[in-house]
Amino acid sequence: MVAKNKHNEIIKAESRDLNFFYADGTQALKNVSLPVYENKITALIGPSGCGKSTFLRSFNRMHDLYPGNRYDGQIILYPDNTNILDPKVDPIEVRMRISMVFQKPNPFPKSIYENVAYGLRVRGESNARVLDEKIEEALKGASLWDEVKDRLQDLAFNLSGGQQQRLCIARALATDPEIMLFDEPTSALDPIATVNIEELMSSLKDKLSILIVTHNMQQAARISDYTAYMYLGELVEHDKTGTIFTKPSKKETEDYITGKFG
Amino acid sequence: MNIVSMQETTISPELAKKFSRNLIERLIEFGLLCSAAFAVLITTAIVYVLVSEAIPFFQHVSLYDFFTDTVWTPNYSIKHYGILALVSGTLTTTFIALFVAIPLGTITAIYLSEFASHKVRETIKPVLELLIGVPTVVFGYFALMMVTPLLQKIYPDLTTFNMLGPGIVMGIMIVPYIASVAEDSMRAVPMAMREGAYAMGATRFQTAIRVITPAAISGIVAAYILAISRAVGETMIVAIAAGQQPNFTFNPVESAATITSYIVSVALGDLEHGGIGYQSIFAAGLTLLLMTLSFNIVGHMARKKFAERY
Repeated sequence: MVAKNKHNEIIKAESRDLNFFYADGTQALKNVSLPVYENKITALIGPSGCGKSTFLRSFNRMHDLYPGNRYDGQIILYPDNTNILDPKVDPIEVRMRISMVFQKPNPFPKSIYENVAYGLRVRGESNARVLDEKIEEALKGASLWDEVKDRLQDLAFNLSGGQQQRLCIARALATDPEIMLFDEPTSALDPIATVNIEELMSSLKDKLSILIVTHNMQQAARISDYTAYMYLGELVEHDKTGTIFTKPSKKETEDYITGKFG
Repeated sequence: MNIVSMQETTISPELAKKFSRNLIERLIEFGLLCSAAFAVLITTAIVYVLVSEAIPFFQHVSLYDFFTDTVWTPNYSIKHYGILALVSGTLTTTFIALFVAIPLGTITAIYLSEFASHKVRETIKPVLELLIGVPTVVFGYFALMMVTPLLQKIYPDLTTFNMLGPGIVMGIMIVPYIASVAEDSMRAVPMAMREGAYAMGATRFQTAIRVITPAAISGIVAAYILAISRAVGETMIVAIAAGQQPNFTFNPVESAATITSYIVSVALGDLEHGGIGYQSIFAAGLTLLLMTLSFNIVGHMARKKFAERY
């Protein structure tokens, strides 16, 4: 099943009336309905605590790791037309198709090679030639290959912060995901590394769909096709990035974007 | 190079160093130093006593005989002082104990840290810690009265005193040490590392084995070092259940004496102070100290080699 919007853009996944409750009872998301378009970058902006990270982490069922959390509503993944929040859905299968890059680079205590190989090994791949090929492809895709090709066996921690984050992107890329989630991927990086990651994200959207949480409004304006503004767990407004940043339809969005609030 | 000319300044009383504050800081620092020095002092004193008592022993028995002779018979008319007869017992029981304790302790730690729910962990941990509190003499009789008879049902030729039973019991005794230290280091691995692994589609087991264990390896190795030292130095269990017969063998079904059980048996007997039999326990003690020390050094190097940063 293929779902499309009025501009004939393909919807890769969408949340429908998504509510989320943390174990202590706080409701972090309130009836959020938002599409993620194929081969587009969708940015989530909003002040701290507005639920944008909570929303992002629902897409790969990260909340399942902590007991007591509860989802209510749907996140539908196409073309399967499956609600990935359904208890009958295996979160591991979801994570195999929807990968994630975190705020702080979190490489594993392994070599550069083994970091990228991890997802493939988890999926049972052990053929050295296939691994070599996939790893080179992923590292090239993350524009890291030229910097590390001579030291693939070095410990990943020896890389700089920006390189580590690109390694984490390569790691997520190696398994050919359909959607990639970015949770403030540049907030721990310097401006030059940030530019590298932004360029990388723009180049990645040919292959997959991207959902990114960012605190940096310029970043959202620079790289995203769609922007969603969230506040206090609710989706206030969602539109093409150009529209959101030039003529938002809601006063609250305009106040946040112009810096009067937030 | 720019040279900035220095301006005349005064020290205002408010900003001046306070004598009383300085004094208190120094006193505290001295107090802390004394406590730290105490441990070093005691260790030095122990080494001094061991060495000074062992020296007259080695004037009687050559170092060569001590380390190459395989017979230890200080109480017989033909006296032999071959420490290997005791070292073999120590190494064999230690090896059996580690063979039991390392897998069990590591698996327990992985379970507690990565799989157990909060409730289960809070139930199991106190029970494990209770095991640490059991006096070793109890473990010794447990080995002699329970484990050895049980083993004899499987292997009827087993003698009442053997190294297998006490070795296994010693291993059980060490499990909580390994589990506790290893679990602490695994739990110290940041959650971000786990989330990274799960986000790649890893199962809990894959996360535990391929990411968390390597990340915590230096703490896990530290747990093993602690376990080795504990096993090498353990006295009561082997003294009770392994038989106190010095015997150069690595066969676990035979009876043997370890360095520690020899020391305790001699120290409890009526021994003439200053005699060669009496001095021999210091030579044995020194050997034990050197063994523990070398295990610690090897362990320390291993820890450095495996140390992972995160």
